[in-house]
Amino acid sequence: MALTVLYFARLRERLGLAQEGIALQPNLTSVGDLLNYLRARGPQWQAALGDEKVVRVAVNQDLAQNDTHLKDGDEVALFPPVTGG
Amino acid sequence: MSIRVQEADFDLSTEIAALRQARPELGAVVAFIGLVRDINAGAAVSELMLEHYPAMTQKALESIETQAKQRWDIDEVLVIHRVGRLLPTEQIVLVAVAGAHRGPAFQACEFIMDYLKTQAPFWKKEQTPDGARWVDARSSDDAAAQRWTQDLP
Repeated sequence: MALTVLYFARLRERLGLAQEGIALQPNLTSVGDLLNYLRARGPQWQAALGDEKVVRVAVNQDLAQNDTHLKDGDEVALFPPVTGG
Repeated sequence: MSIRVQEADFDLSTEIAALRQARPELGAVVAFIGLVRDINAGAAVSELMLEHYPAMTQKALESIETQAKQRWDIDEVLVIHRVGRLLPTEQIVLVAVAGAHRGPAFQACEFIMDYLKTQAPFWKKEQTPDGARWVDARSSDDAAAQRWTQDLP
């Protein structure tokens, strides 16, 4: 078991990735931890995820905040502000 | 409560007839239709691609409808949102609200649309003469949704 992380729209294109599995770790237990973990992957990730204003996060299909707790099996989606309607 | 996300177009008259069928207590139907424009942010738009997050879309729209029904005295809500490839002049979204009186129906329709635009996981990519670009969220949409948190009916 791990997290399933999904990327949508502009983020998916910038990162070249639609979905991946990430294992929870002692220092990776919240949405904020996950964002920091991903940003540390390199300049491309830092550039795509660095600005808090352009990244929205949903956990199990509900909008989440940085302090939202993560557990094994959660589906975490990262996406830009929505533009439907 | 009815929510549909689909590639196909929709017909307003057909949808409203279905919403009203066998409901003699209804006194008002308010409907909003959003259209694809041929210009956005100073550039000609030849085509839109609508992407969404299917597992979350249904849940988010249901939550918005539930909030509207808790807040206003309305009887029926219908939301249809199209996805996939859309051309200018095409219909993209329908929000219809039916109830006994027009006041709550007008307000609920606008509330649902404002929340849909800021909380439902859809993203538009448009084709312009300079190539394809993702549409940026507007701060005016955030402001429109925000005012419902202060402006109690």
